[in-house]
Amino acid sequence: MAAEGKTIDALGQFELVPVLGKVGASVGFTQSSAHMLLAVGLIVALVMYGMAKRAIVPGRLQAVTESTYEFVQGLCQNQIGDEGKKFFPFVFALFMFVLFGNLLGLLPFAFTFTSHIVVTFALAMMVFVLITVVALVLHGRKFFGYFFPEGAPIWLAPIIIPVEIVSYLSRPISLSIRLFANMVAGHVMLKVFATFIVLLGGLGAVGPFIAVLPLTVNVALVGFEILVAFLQAYVFAILTTIYLHDAVHLH
Amino acid sequence: MPENDGFEERLRKARARHGVDPKPSGSGQLPQGGTWGIGFRAGVEVVSALIAGVGLGWLVDRWLGTWPWLFLVFFVLGGAAGVLNVYRLFNPRNAGK
Repeated sequence: MAAEGKTIDALGQFELVPVLGKVGASVGFTQSSAHMLLAVGLIVALVMYGMAKRAIVPGRLQAVTESTYEFVQGLCQNQIGDEGKKFFPFVFALFMFVLFGNLLGLLPFAFTFTSHIVVTFALAMMVFVLITVVALVLHGRKFFGYFFPEGAPIWLAPIIIPVEIVSYLSRPISLSIRLFANMVAGHVMLKVFATFIVLLGGLGAVGPFIAVLPLTVNVALVGFEILVAFLQAYVFAILTTIYLHDAVHLH
Repeated sequence: MPENDGFEERLRKARARHGVDPKPSGSGQLPQGGTWGIGFRAGVEVVSALIAGVGLGWLVDRWLGTWPWLFLVFFVLGGAAGVLNVYRLFNPRNAGK
């Protein structure tokens, strides 16, 4: 994993490797898919096991489950309004999946599936399709008025409408790029500084002392990455709710 | 009076929480995250709008066989949409209503 042949291999960690032997190779079941399954399993376990007791005074696990639930519920209600209750399961699933993907990726030997743009783009397309369908179902043809703000002069329509359409189409792209870029940048930085530790550590007698410097940086970076993991999951969820708000209320 | 322990206040909060009373919609702000965060978000918005514009132009060009004209038009439109996105980032479109 570290510096093979004294080079910095920062991108090798994102390579997909089939797991589960021949079966995995033939159906393309990679470590990324395995980590997604693990994340889903952990989320289900957290919710099922955490809420199994239904104690009035929650234990630790139940407190975690309840706080994530209430957090996402608050997000939905504050952003979307009362209609937000309907979208709570979707936003909750999305938030937990992204959060667990980000956090699992920080464990040693684990793989970050949110660092692949295919994954984040697929999640963002789900949001995009949902907001478009919701807006079409709720508002019908009035949805297309979204692309032309009322009050604008009509002769500007040939400019405004394409720009608004492109802006609307850029939503899933910006949503996916933001998450993907944050995760890739963080993990590349971690890997680069980790390689520095190994390279500097082998530098004779003074090596181990100099190697403490990148080690310090890496310790700080891990803490920062935990913050980013939470923050990006939050940003993904809040942008989803903001888009849903636009789709439901359609200004 | 034992009832005078902020019951009305709690009732009002409970009603608001369960959506019995309509409440003023939240302003819906993203976490700001410092100068770097804002800069990064603005950059992502511009780049993604450019990608959307260029991609759309390229696809329509391939469909209609008008390469490279629509591509060029949509490149400019993508840039404009990027500026619009950044503008919306700081002035959300439903903030004033």
